[in-house]
Amino acid sequence: MHELSIAQALVEQVARIAGEQHAEYATHIRIRIGPLSGVEAELLASAFPLAAAGSLAEHARLDILQAPVRVRCQTCGAESDATANRLLCGACGDWHTQVISGDELILESVELEMREANESV
Amino acid sequence: MKVCDTCGCNLTPGNRKFAYKPVEPGATTVSVLQNLLKKNDDQAAHNRAHFDARGILAVNLMSSPGSGKTALLEATIRALKSEFGIAVIEGDLETENDAERIRAQGVPAHQIVTGTACHLDAHLVHDALHHMNLDGIDILFIENVGNLVCPASFDLGQHANVTLLSVTEGDDKPAKYPVMFRAADVVLITKTDLLPYLDDFDPVRSEMHVRHLANSAPVMRLSARKDAGMEAWFDWLRQQLAAQRARVNSGTTRRPAIQAEGARMHSSNI
Ligand SMILES: Nc1nc2c(ncn2[C@@H]2O[C@H](COP(=O)(O)OP(=O)(O)OP(=O)(O)O)[C@@H](O)[C@H]2O)c(=O)[nH]1
Ligand SMILES: [Mg+2]
Ligand SMILES: [Zn+2]
Ligand SMILES: [Zn+2]
Ligand SMILES: [Zn+2]
Ligand SMILES: [Zn+2]
Ligand SMILES: [Zn+2]
Repeated sequence: MHELSIAQALVEQVARIAGEQHAEYATHIRIRIGPLSGVEAELLASAFPLAAAGSLAEHARLDILQAPVRVRCQTCGAESDATANRLLCGACGDWHTQVISGDELILESVELEMREANESV
Repeated sequence: MKVCDTCGCNLTPGNRKFAYKPVEPGATTVSVLQNLLKKNDDQAAHNRAHFDARGILAVNLMSSPGSGKTALLEATIRALKSEFGIAVIEGDLETENDAERIRAQGVPAHQIVTGTACHLDAHLVHDALHHMNLDGIDILFIENVGNLVCPASFDLGQHANVTLLSVTEGDDKPAKYPVMFRAADVVLITKTDLLPYLDDFDPVRSEMHVRHLANSAPVMRLSARKDAGMEAWFDWLRQQLAAQRARVNSGTTRRPAIQAEGARMHSSNI
């Protein structure tokens, strides 16, 4: 499944950031995903160790924050909770809505362990 | 899972500057807020720039295996090849069969054999472009790997998404695969010649499920085999090509519904 591709993209991105920061390794990675991103949190969590093996994210803890599905109604303006296959306005029932949460696939933050030499920078 | 204060998920323009403070000596937290598929998205934007520079309309076809993507392309090429320059990129796990079917219609086709990857990505499409002569091409069709799940997550650089649903698959597919059907710019209900034998498939119900995904895309019914309902699809293509030419003239472009407004609001522009 494509969760392995996503996990590989995640590890690559973390490695790039660690390189920019002159860090030794990553200790903690936080990502936020919504049900409408098309990525399953559990599959991604199990693909992560495979993708991270041998990389500087190998021992990092991965936290996956699952974003709720929320919509804003273009007819009445209300914001409400929705489900992935019923993106209807909770107030007036209209389907002309815009997803305001639930389709994200975002790397939020990375905790890095720095190299000694760079501490004075 | 708990929302923490140092990780960046609570970032607003007002408090962003605090996100960079080190947590403990020797360790630091970097706030990123980047789409996980950024590398693919950047490549897709590059592909789109290639298409726009040549005035080409790129159309991505997605569906379950066997919903009739190649049959639709064969019939479309037969009807429109004297009107437009057409080329096709075929994505399949194995075999050159689909590209051969397209070449038999007298237009260029490049086959991407993905091996184990169950979707196309922007890099695979860029590699394919190097093997193709795009001179005189107006419409480039990209037939994605038959799969209703992951192709929807990968932008290829196309301008529009076509999602096919054949009447043998059940009319509730849009409710079962919301990510895919939310990404559709047009939904084609295919193999309608078989509707008399599949009386539990209700095209009206399919359309309702698409609307429940807040998607206003047209839902068309057609049979490539019996040449029924094809004119509306051809007109849609003509409109898309005219819109693409207008965008090229005004220096703008279009990403398909695949990455919705919402995603932009809370990711790449932060
Ligand atoms: N009755 C009928 N059969 C169709 C129609 N369109 C396609 N088929 C048949 O459906 C089968 C699959 O069609 P394809 O065009 O190969 O489907 P596809 O979506 O390209 O398949 P993959 O590339 O393997 O995912 C073939 O046996 C086609 O002849 C149609 O309009 N009516
Ligand atoms: Mg095919
Ligand atoms: Zn931590
Ligand atoms: Zn409303
Ligand atoms: Zn967080
Ligand atoms: Zn290029
Ligand atoms: Zn895939």
